[in-house]
Amino acid sequence: MNSEASTQQLSYIANQASDARVNIELETEGMTLNLGPQHPATHGTLRIIVRLDGEQVVSAEPVMGYMHRGYEKLTEVRTYPQVTTLVNRIDWLGSFANEVPFILAAERLMEVEAPARAQWIRTALFELSRIANVVLFLGDMAVQLGATTPVFYAFRDREFVLNQIESVTGGRFHPNFDRIGGIKDDLPKGWIQETKDVLVRIHSFCEEMEDLVVGNEIFQTRTRGIGIIPADTGLAYGLSGANIRSSGVDWDLRRDGGVGLIHDQLDWKVWTHPDGDSFARYWVRLQEVRESCKMVGQILDGIPSGPIMAKVPRIIKVPPGEAYVETENPLGVMGYYIVSKGDLVPYRVKIRSASFNNVSITPWVLKGVYVPDVISILASLYFILGDIDR
Amino acid sequence: MSSPDTNAEEIIEESIEPQEEPIIDEKREAFVASIKQDLGSGFIDSHIDPEIDVWIRVTQEAWLETAKILFEKHGMNFFNFLSAIDWKPSPFGREMDAAIDNVDDEVAVETEMEWGVAGGEKRFQLLARVHNPVANMGVNLKADLEGDFPEVDTWTPVYPGANWHEREVMEMFGISFKNHPNMVNLYLPTEFEGHPLRKDFPLLSRRAKPWPGIVDVELMPGENDDETEESGEET
Repeated sequence: MNSEASTQQLSYIANQASDARVNIELETEGMTLNLGPQHPATHGTLRIIVRLDGEQVVSAEPVMGYMHRGYEKLTEVRTYPQVTTLVNRIDWLGSFANEVPFILAAERLMEVEAPARAQWIRTALFELSRIANVVLFLGDMAVQLGATTPVFYAFRDREFVLNQIESVTGGRFHPNFDRIGGIKDDLPKGWIQETKDVLVRIHSFCEEMEDLVVGNEIFQTRTRGIGIIPADTGLAYGLSGANIRSSGVDWDLRRDGGVGLIHDQLDWKVWTHPDGDSFARYWVRLQEVRESCKMVGQILDGIPSGPIMAKVPRIIKVPPGEAYVETENPLGVMGYYIVSKGDLVPYRVKIRSASFNNVSITPWVLKGVYVPDVISILASLYFILGDIDR
Repeated sequence: MSSPDTNAEEIIEESIEPQEEPIIDEKREAFVASIKQDLGSGFIDSHIDPEIDVWIRVTQEAWLETAKILFEKHGMNFFNFLSAIDWKPSPFGREMDAAIDNVDDEVAVETEMEWGVAGGEKRFQLLARVHNPVANMGVNLKADLEGDFPEVDTWTPVYPGANWHEREVMEMFGISFKNHPNMVNLYLPTEFEGHPLRKDFPLLSRRAKPWPGIVDVELMPGENDDETEESGEET
């Protein structure tokens, strides 16, 4: 108790001192800057009210709700199979990954398990949507720091991944492909070889990014040591995914969670970085794309044959109960808490989306940084507005 | 299909195999017992899904105390989410075939509330989840709240990430938090009236339009429908 109180007191004094220093050193009038709602660094419409003193941020307050669609309310009047259509739109760059935890939670309540082949294909699509999502980040962060070329490479190579997702599911962005008890369709003919070719492309894309961006001196100067998030602060704010792994926390639900997907049967590695700065977040994501490519390659070699749907009733009624299932989505930990009362529709669904927690740290991390660093920190935290506003 | 035929049959057989004996989850049993001892009368009920998950229900007064114990003694330093559940039986969205939600004559259909895992007593229940990334164990917490516009201690001193979640709960359910640093609406405009996630808040689109999905049902050209088509041919 004592130690906690004294830490709080110390941090309070430190904050006061830094504020005072800013005010004494530069006798300037404060200025309020509206970042957004239409800033390209925000992947949607996030508005951040930044209070500035000179070039330094005194306080930053994000304003959300420009895209709030009320999914938690809407799920209460939709049947379970209809809900996947909605949750597809939460993180629109990695849509398939959004459906998986919801379906897994419903399967747990119904005590259904998908057949092995369905689980392997699910995992393949899960990782492909991660690649599609994070590849865009790798180019996009560079463009926000002023390098225009990488984003064109990113859009070019992401298209090949989306084509593969489309040829299985029929949807580039919103597959709506996962079903309770399995998946909708089997793989099309020739898909496995085509996907292997795409993986080679993504591998060379990663090499390109390593040369162009990670090795770039300007990029390093603008990201190294900028926006450092210590591990304990990040955890208390609920940061997850690559954001927390780049603060040195070795925690990945694909390895540790182990529900419904087959990551434990694959040979891969969880990457962490001790620094916790913007550069670390970029670097960890770059390694994760490589690991995902490795995983998809192993899945393509090892998909078992068999059925793709378990036996489920045509009209799905989920027995009463509550379940929470979370998976390691492209943006971080995403989970669904489902309360069922035995109806056709869920009684209540709490959607735990990754970006909501990831962005909630911005008032803390932006305090005291300089204006150009705001952009590089926001870009490195990597959020998607649909994932914040739900 | 170029899919190598590995041991698919074996995996399926394993998953179907029924487990006769009830599994006893020693890790979670010990965890619940420890919390029970620390909280004393603040602890009400618990539920364990062996090897999967654990629920703990505490009193409204012990809400902040529980967070402190979990954070300090059990290493639950990852904040997952904080939300609430309204257990009032909802008159909305129950009939899939109904053209619109017809509220007026069936508000009093069900008056008795039914609670979920770990029980309940009141209409509003707080729901939160925290996680220990090292031991890789999470816990779901619940607390019954007194009254129609309840007030409860904020979690922000322990988990700063609860800040936005509590603001969301405030606007969506009308539950306010004592000592919260910034208790204003998060998503909704300031002048918004009502609390949308309460069960008695009508979903307007659902009252104006039929059940989503029903409208998509279109007959194929060959299929014969009832009178509508025939009457069309006659005229």
